[in-house]
Amino acid sequence: MKRKDHIQKGVLTITGIVLAILFVSPVLLLVNSSFKTLQEIYINILALPEKFSFNNYIQAFEQMDFLPSLVNSLVITILSTLLILLVSAMAAWVLVRYKMRSSKILFLVFSSALLIPFQCVMLPLVDVMSKLHLMNRPGLVFMYVGFGCSMSIVLFHGFIKNVPAELEEAATIDGCNMFQTFFLIVVPLLKGIMATVAVINVMWIWNDFLLPSLVINKNGMQTLPLRTYLFFGQYSKKWDLATAALALCMIPIIIFYLSCQKHIVKGITAGAGK
Amino acid sequence: MNRSKKGFWIFIFPALFAFTVVQVIPTLMGIGYSFTDWNGIGSEKKFVGLQNYITTLTDDPLFRQAFIFTFLFSICAVITINVIGFGLALLVTQKIKGANLLRGIFFMPNLIGGILLGFTWQFIFVQVFEAVGDTFNITWLQGWLTDQKTGFIGLLIVVTWQLSGYMMMIYIAQIQNIPDSVLEAAQIDGATGWKKLKSIIFPLMMPAFTIGLFLSISNSFKLFDQNLSLTGGGPVNSTQMLALNIYNTAFGENRFGLAQSKAVIFMIVVMAISIIQLTVTKKREVEA
Repeated sequence: MKRKDHIQKGVLTITGIVLAILFVSPVLLLVNSSFKTLQEIYINILALPEKFSFNNYIQAFEQMDFLPSLVNSLVITILSTLLILLVSAMAAWVLVRYKMRSSKILFLVFSSALLIPFQCVMLPLVDVMSKLHLMNRPGLVFMYVGFGCSMSIVLFHGFIKNVPAELEEAATIDGCNMFQTFFLIVVPLLKGIMATVAVINVMWIWNDFLLPSLVINKNGMQTLPLRTYLFFGQYSKKWDLATAALALCMIPIIIFYLSCQKHIVKGITAGAGK
Repeated sequence: MNRSKKGFWIFIFPALFAFTVVQVIPTLMGIGYSFTDWNGIGSEKKFVGLQNYITTLTDDPLFRQAFIFTFLFSICAVITINVIGFGLALLVTQKIKGANLLRGIFFMPNLIGGILLGFTWQFIFVQVFEAVGDTFNITWLQGWLTDQKTGFIGLLIVVTWQLSGYMMMIYIAQIQNIPDSVLEAAQIDGATGWKKLKSIIFPLMMPAFTIGLFLSISNSFKLFDQNLSLTGGGPVNSTQMLALNIYNTAFGENRFGLAQSKAVIFMIVVMAISIIQLTVTKKREVEA
């Protein structure tokens, strides 16, 4: 019995290792090639680079305007996420606490919008936004708030439902107005769920391609996914630079993952449940 | 508690305003535009009735092809993503060494965006597969993404690679929710291996399967970024999926009205499938 268990564990562990290698191999192959010259890639794609040189990275970094695009991505993602957190938490709070018909109807509208595919909204949205002169970065942030708030409201709503209202009532009796009650009493209680909601929004906004490609596809305004797409179009045969550019774009994602692992896992399971 | 209705509207206004401008109004406008000959450039839109819908459904071989491709792709992807995701979840919840590290590795691809993923795999299929195939004379590794078949399988591999780790996370959470007492009772009653999996674990996993199916269906049906960056819909539109077909109709052919009618059909199909799936799997959920 014992021995059988040991063998079983061993087989499982080996399966796990094989699968893990299979999962990381595309990225490893990519990183490997990113250190090679184009010639080396064509001669033997699997071989290790003859000498490690960051030459490809330096060139890709400059030619794809990595730094400005990174800054654009960071500013747009962070600003949008913060605004989504603020407006969604405010909305979800009153939707839970005001037990009236408008709350129920509005919540239903917010949550059923999750089923509308982006393709259905995209053309009229661009039409409306260009009439409002909002085809720029602030406009993009505004659109992210509009798209992101439905999912976030659903998540906050689910959480606030289980928070007793007594604290807030006590605060009101003590003379707090609604804003004071919200920011001094409610927001501190929401810290955990806020991290979860933030992570969910960061993940899709950071990687989003189609919306920014319609709204801010101008030099100097592009985000990283946009820039990657353009760069790849120009250098698709130059795999030395292309692989370096792709590897470069993965670095921020890996940093984000390693630093927020716990919240990401929570976000996945919370977001999925809704 | 006595609060004013004014407060309610003040607090909900910012979210409601952005939501209305960005989602509600464009959705309604979009349905309206689908009955016009809008070309996206001029502001002129002539009412053409059901003409766009008739064209889309009866006289658009590319749309039909994209529809079939998307449908077949979604069926295959839902199976591979969930089977592998569930398998991975079972694997990493066994008490083996390094289970946490494995979990992290399997999940990682999910964070990489579709554009980056598509290009990375394009490199693997077009460069690495080709080179290895040439060197060792393996014909099935050669010529990837140059025909519909390898394009289809390529997309399937990319999406499975990306999403199975995500499903794994959802399934892990559910597996950990199964009380030990239930598993022990099953053990005492003599249920092991496949029998335990089939009669104990599967039924208790149903809530997670509902979610897993829902997410994988909608993700594969609405696939765009990976389609664009891996194959670009080529060769000659043979791997074009619905979302890309709508995009090309609008921006490639400047037929915004026609594209909008496709988008409305697309929305109806997505909603119908999701609602049917949710009601069917919800019925099978049981309590532990």
